[in-house]
Parts: sequence; C-alpha cells; structure tokens
Amino acid sequence: MASGMNFPHAELTPNAEQATDHGAAELAQRSVRVRASDVSVFYGAKQALFDVSVDIPDRAVTAFIGPSGCGKSTFLRCINRMNDTIEGARVGGKIELDGEDIYDPSLDVVELRARVGMVFQKPNPFPKSIFENVAYGPRIHGLIRTKAEAEEVVVSSLRKAGLFNEVKDRLHEPGTGLSGGQQQRLCIARAIAVGPEVILMDEPCSALDPIATAIIEELIDELRENYTIIIVTHSMQQAARVSQKTAFFHLGNLVEEGPTDKIFTNPEDKRTQDYITGRFG
Amino acid sequence: MSDPHIVSSFDEELKYLMRRVSEMGGIAERMVGDSVAALVASDAGSAQRIIAEDIILDDAERDINERAIVVIAKRQPMAHDLREVMGAIRIAADLERVGDMGKNIAKRVVAVQGSAQPKQLVRGLEHLSELALTQLKEVLDAYSTRSAVAANQVRQRDDEIDAMYTSLFRELLTYMMEDPRNISACTHLLFCAKNIERIGDHATNIAETIYYMATGDRLLGERPRGDKTATVMASGH
Repeated sequence: MASGMNFPHAELTPNAEQATDHGAAELAQRSVRVRASDVSVFYGAKQALFDVSVDIPDRAVTAFIGPSGCGKSTFLRCINRMNDTIEGARVGGKIELDGEDIYDPSLDVVELRARVGMVFQKPNPFPKSIFENVAYGPRIHGLIRTKAEAEEVVVSSLRKAGLFNEVKDRLHEPGTGLSGGQQQRLCIARAIAVGPEVILMDEPCSALDPIATAIIEELIDELRENYTIIIVTHSMQQAARVSQKTAFFHLGNLVEEGPTDKIFTNPEDKRTQDYITGRFG
Repeated sequence: MSDPHIVSSFDEELKYLMRRVSEMGGIAERMVGDSVAALVASDAGSAQRIIAEDIILDDAERDINERAIVVIAKRQPMAHDLREVMGAIRIAADLERVGDMGKNIAKRVVAVQGSAQPKQLVRGLEHLSELALTQLKEVLDAYSTRSAVAANQVRQRDDEIDAMYTSLFRELLTYMMEDPRNISACTHLLFCAKNIERIGDHATNIAETIYYMATGDRLLGERPRGDKTATVMASGH
C-alpha cells in the first residue's frame, strides 16, 4: 500500500508546523546530556558501527531498538567505554558527556564509569550480601568512610531502586538469594549508589517475567526525574512504553531517531517501518 | 500492499478487516441509492427491503470492532498497521451511520406516498443523492487504494453537496409556503435531503480517516462548508 513509502504525501500537508507534534517540542527543550558525533566502532578489521551521531536528552529515557547485531549494544557500550575492555575494538568519532570528550586520554575511565552506570541483561549481583552489593561501589570510589555513611547510601539507593521495603529485614543475606526481578533492582541500586548522571541499561528485563518487568519499567519512569537513561531493548512495546526518544539501528547504522510517539505511529524510514511492524526479512 | 508480515496470520487478520469494510461500503452505497429510487418511485416494497437490510451493516460494524480489538490485543500493531486497524473501526462507524441514513429515507417512502410530489423537487433530491453517492463511491475507491490524494479530493468536494442542499432547502420552504397541504410531504423530503447531506459529511469523515491511514498526518485546515441552511429564513427566500 502507498503508506509503505517514505513520507509519500508530505506535499499534501498544508502546514507542517501544525501537524501532530508527537512530543517533539517537549524533547527539544531538554538539554543534551550525551552527544555522539560520527561514532564508528571496529572489531579488528570488521566495522560494527558507522558514523553514528545522536543527542541523548537529559533526564529522559532514550531507547535503542533494532534487530540483533545492528550495533545498538555496541553503541551503548561506547558511552561508558566498555568497548575498551574488548580485544581489538577501536572507537572513532567523538562522544561528549556534558560537553567533555569521554575518550580524552587524560580522562579517568573509572570515574567515567561511576558517572555512567550500567545495568546488564542478566542480573549479576556480587556474591556478597545485599548491603555489600550496594556499599561496595561508593566505598572503593571513596564516597563513604564510616559505617553510618554506608548505611545511609545503602538505604537511600535501595529506596530509589524500589527494593528497600522488600529487603530491609535481610540486608545481610546474599544478594543472589533474591528473585530475578529483585536482583535486577539490586543491580540498579548498585549503579545508583555511586551517584551517576547516566544509567545505561542493556536489555534489563529480558530475563524477567511480566510482573517483574512492569516493576522495573515503573522504576525507570521514576528514575528519569533524576537520571538520564539509555535502554537497549528487543521489546518494541517496552521501548514504546518507557522511552521519550527512540533510535532505530540497522546493520551498524543509526537509521532514524526521534520522539518515541512519532517513531511508533509514523516513522519516516521504510526500514524502521518494516522493523516495528514485524516485516523484516 | 506493503511487504507481508513475518507472521502471516497477522496479514490475514488485517485483510479480513479491509474486506469487511469494503463490503460495508458496497452495502451502504446500495442502500442509499435504492432508498432514493424507492422514494422517487413510491415503491413501498423496496423501502421495506432496505429497512430490513440495515441490520447487516449493524452486524458488520460490530464484527469489525470485535476483530479489530482482538488484533490490537494480540498483535500490538505499530505504525501504519495500527493506523489501518484504527481506520477500519472509524470507517465502519461512518458506514453504519450512512446505512442508517438510507434506512431513514426508506422509512419516509410510505409517508410521502400518495401526496403530489413536485417533479423538480424530487429531481433535485435525486441529483443531491447522485452527488453524495459519487462522493461515497470515490471515498471507497480511495480506501481500497489507500490514496491520500483521492481522499483529499473527496474532502474538497463536499461543499458542492452543501450548496445543492441549501438550494433544495429553499425550494422546499417556498413550496410549503405556497400551499400548507404540501407541508407534510415536504417536511419528509426535507429530512431526506438532510440525510443525504449527512451522507456527504460521513464521506468527508472517511476521507479524513483514509488520509490519516495513508500518511499518519491529519488533514489540516478548515474543510469547505457550503451548508447555509442554518441562516435560511422563510421570509428571506
């Protein structure tokens, strides 16, 4: 049908400014927390990401979607320099956090990863107590010295992660004894404990059941008041539910990015359209 | 059609909705045409058949709504698939109303029967219904081709019906003033004319829905309005 084309009838819109806004104006008002310019990633000779440029708005949720191998996780890992740890990986282009080049050689990578926290697909608590899981980061970063300080950080982080009430009576039991959804929230509490600005989430709900997923999604919605969140997800419905901005990746390229409401109701690129409507061959 | 979905039963479900909407369009079109023909020919038997047919459209609309809800729940359609499903729901509602208009005209056939109908008024009504049916036919064509251009053209032409309706309204009014014995029949004819004018409005609604389905944007700007009957007064003819 005709709608399969890119903007087939743009010429018919008499006044584009009046057309449905899809939250674009609201997004445009936000300052840019992370700015990527022409980011390319090579694994050895193979190029995995091609000249990706995108602005990540402050205190909003940005979702990266796309088929497996499209480069979305690769790009996510660039934002806290996790690709540094991969043998043969090379990153080109520029990524700025608050206007500061995060690949600047003088930058302390450990400090960067405190500012840009990460939550992974599978919950991965340390084999320690719930308390220690949260207190560990602040302690090694020198953010806490006394037991009272530790307690304060642990309680407030667990509260922010919506886990405190469920675990307050067993803070010294192993984190691994919690349910999957609780473990994931423990990992979010652990990330929050070091006071990050940005939280990266790589498919944080793919190992969870729908109820645990809903709890995490509700948490993400609360966290965006104070943090900039970037989430990689295979669930388009999840991207549509939790994010304000969506970026679609395909074959290592950023194909389209924009307000989430627009991407999911009226995307411009045929590849985006085919992917979100389930037509990808 | 765009490329098929990976899940082929999803395609089947969307095609089903599309087919049902097209079927409804065909029935609604025929009901309106037949009801005006019955009015002109004072054919009470035909009128009864049309009245009985309306239930088919009611059932079809209910079926489309139920199926569309299941598609939304099961498939969580996105982008133009979602617009397709929403469009089917909206257009089915408009077509069901068009059927009601046809049914209402058919109901008036008996009431108008027997009274002397001035030829030029009946001709005027026929002409009005031809315009409305053309609009309906073209908007249904625009639906089957998903043509935003054709949908926009239908919308732009609605003022022709409105202008024709306004002039018919004046004529009926004049006729009633000339002889009070005409009032009963003319009032029924006036409602028939109003029904036909409303059919034009539904065609315009459908055109706007099709435009949205095809482009994802709304048709902007005031749509042409030629219905001036709200200000027509008996003394001012």
